[in-house]
Amino acid sequence: MKILVPVKRVIDFNVKVRVKSDGSGVELANVKMSMNPFDEISIEEAIRLKESGKATEIVVVSIGPQQAQETLRTGLAMGADRGILIKTDQTIEPLAVAKILKAVVEEEKPELVILGKQAIDDDCNQTGQMLSAMLGWSQGTFASNIDVGEGTLDVTREVDGGLETVQIKLPAIVTTDLRLNEPRYASLPNIMKAKRKPIDVKLAEDFGVDLTPRLTVLGTVEPPVRKAGVIVNSVKELVSKLRDEAGVL
Amino acid sequence: MDFSLSEDQRAFQDLAADFASNAMEPHARDWDENSIFPVETLREAASLGFGGIYVSDEFGGSGLSRLDAAIIFEELAKGCTSTAAYISIHNMAAWMIDHFGNSDQRSRWLPDLCSMQKFACYCLTEPGSGSDAAALATQAAKNGDHYVLNGTKAFISGAEKGDVYVVMVRTGEQGAKGISCIVVEKDTPGLSFGAQEHKMGWKSQPTAQVIFDDCKVPVANLIGNEGQGFAIAMSGIDGGRLNIGACSLGAAQTCLDRSISYMKDRKQFGKPIAAFQALQFRIADMATDLEAARLLLHQAAQMVTDKLPGATKHAAMAKRYATDVGFSVVNDALQLHGGYGYLRDYPIERFLRDVRVHQILEGTNEIMRVIIAREIFKD
Ligand SMILES: Cc1cc2nc3c(=O)[nH]c(=O)nc-3n(C[C@H](O)[C@H](O)[C@H](O)COP(=O)(O)OP(=O)(O)OC[C@H]3O[C@@H](n4cnc5c(N)ncnc54)[C@H](O)[C@@H]3O)c2cc1C
Repeated sequence: MKILVPVKRVIDFNVKVRVKSDGSGVELANVKMSMNPFDEISIEEAIRLKESGKATEIVVVSIGPQQAQETLRTGLAMGADRGILIKTDQTIEPLAVAKILKAVVEEEKPELVILGKQAIDDDCNQTGQMLSAMLGWSQGTFASNIDVGEGTLDVTREVDGGLETVQIKLPAIVTTDLRLNEPRYASLPNIMKAKRKPIDVKLAEDFGVDLTPRLTVLGTVEPPVRKAGVIVNSVKELVSKLRDEAGVL
Repeated sequence: MDFSLSEDQRAFQDLAADFASNAMEPHARDWDENSIFPVETLREAASLGFGGIYVSDEFGGSGLSRLDAAIIFEELAKGCTSTAAYISIHNMAAWMIDHFGNSDQRSRWLPDLCSMQKFACYCLTEPGSGSDAAALATQAAKNGDHYVLNGTKAFISGAEKGDVYVVMVRTGEQGAKGISCIVVEKDTPGLSFGAQEHKMGWKSQPTAQVIFDDCKVPVANLIGNEGQGFAIAMSGIDGGRLNIGACSLGAAQTCLDRSISYMKDRKQFGKPIAAFQALQFRIADMATDLEAARLLLHQAAQMVTDKLPGATKHAAMAKRYATDVGFSVVNDALQLHGGYGYLRDYPIERFLRDVRVHQILEGTNEIMRVIIAREIFKD
């Protein structure tokens, strides 16, 4: 079974995000960028499937600027076999990503696509579902466990009420949740070996997909700063403040 | 001249930083307070390639450069300086076997050293010979296919936990030319250890005397040739000095970062202490000194990799400067934390105790000046 894992280069989860002075977005210049953490989980799962003999090849694909190649290298260093970089400097939304991925799937013919449930920059949580719909493949989203059967997958999903296990037919789309696994580190020798693994470079424009964003960003603002608390002297004072000042009673 | 890190170097740096913050930092206080040598964590580090960073890849090393190693040690030291420093000593000893050993010796010891299934120790110092290392007195008398070792090594990092002791011994005349380098394995009869030293810092690694009492070691364990030992020891320590300097940079950088966030939180006189210009200037100086030390260290690391003529002098300059700046930045960070800096609730005092010894070992900072001045006044 061949597995395709799409990965996104995002602002590192440790970075303190700052809004650009003109409010057009967040500051990305000189900011540390990394692989979307959910995508690391996807790669880890793919590698485990390969290690247990259930998968044969892992292809990582990233759509983004030239630097997204570094994100692909991270995936290759973890254990993916080869990479595909689809270059664009434009902001692209989930619909365009899903359309491009559909074309990649048609060319690569994987049996399984494992995506992160969302990317931590825009938190859209749409790409996997859209891709599933476009391909007409089954989907198992928010996976916290995957068992491969005969032409099927048992996917345990994290849903609001707890866990739910669904059996889906291959080929399939799976999106990963936080508890699926703990991604491995790429060792120093594997980082070096990853340099010799192939990365195909393509241009997003060549996919004949309309990349134009359909959303307009009206403004970006910092979350309100938390105001200093006050210590109240009595329950009476607390209730009156909650009623008169906070207006929550 | 490009001062930015390469894509690879950023990947090494990220890996080391992640490992330090996930696998080392949460335990550093425990290791320090309870003097725990974290064997499992060390092996986990080795599984990522940190056991033989600049050991060639033929026998399990990562085959990277000295600059790569400096970048890595700086990050590891942010998690636990003492543990990072032990890893650096282990790397130094493994490299000596890799670089000066024959292929039998390399295949015999390096795979286990690179995976840290075995731990290495570097044994030069003796009770009567510290800065004057070439005066060492541990004797190795050749007897057929064995050397018989007698003498005592002092202050040996990793002693007793270590499996592979890279020992400088006297096989010939007085002075540097009569010294040889021999590997002694842990269970060799006649090898024993002194009591654990009680130290100010570096508590996550043992330090003790290593004692040889008619200790018979096969001639096959001689690294390089007889008489080459001092040159081997000094060659190893050029890299060791860079690593220890890098460990000081890491400790200082994290203490600087911690101070900056502390100053934004801590309020006195009705405002965050970060608002006081005197303290801002202190931070500015700390950051500047640290950056200068890092540049010097990275340059020296490149020179050692390239085996340039000035490499030893530069390594000495970098070790002296980075460990002095490292200590003073950590000390300033402690001051900026006020009374809280003196408490174990904050890690600053641990970093301070750990980096202090970097000014003393791998050649004291006075001896660094001796080396630098000797080069300067050479002709
Ligand atoms: C925690 C710890 C771990 C160590 N680990 C190891 C190890 O793993 N392996 C190992 O071999 N050694 C190790 N050492 C030993 C260390 O390298 C020595 O302590 C160091 O080289 C200094 O030697 P000394 O302590 O005998 O001091 P001394 O040489 O007695 O020096 C005393 C003072 O005199 C100064 N001085 C001496 N000569 C001169 C001179 N010519 N000019 C100016 N000043 C001078 C020194 O700088 C120092 O300030 C370790 C030490 C410590 C504390």
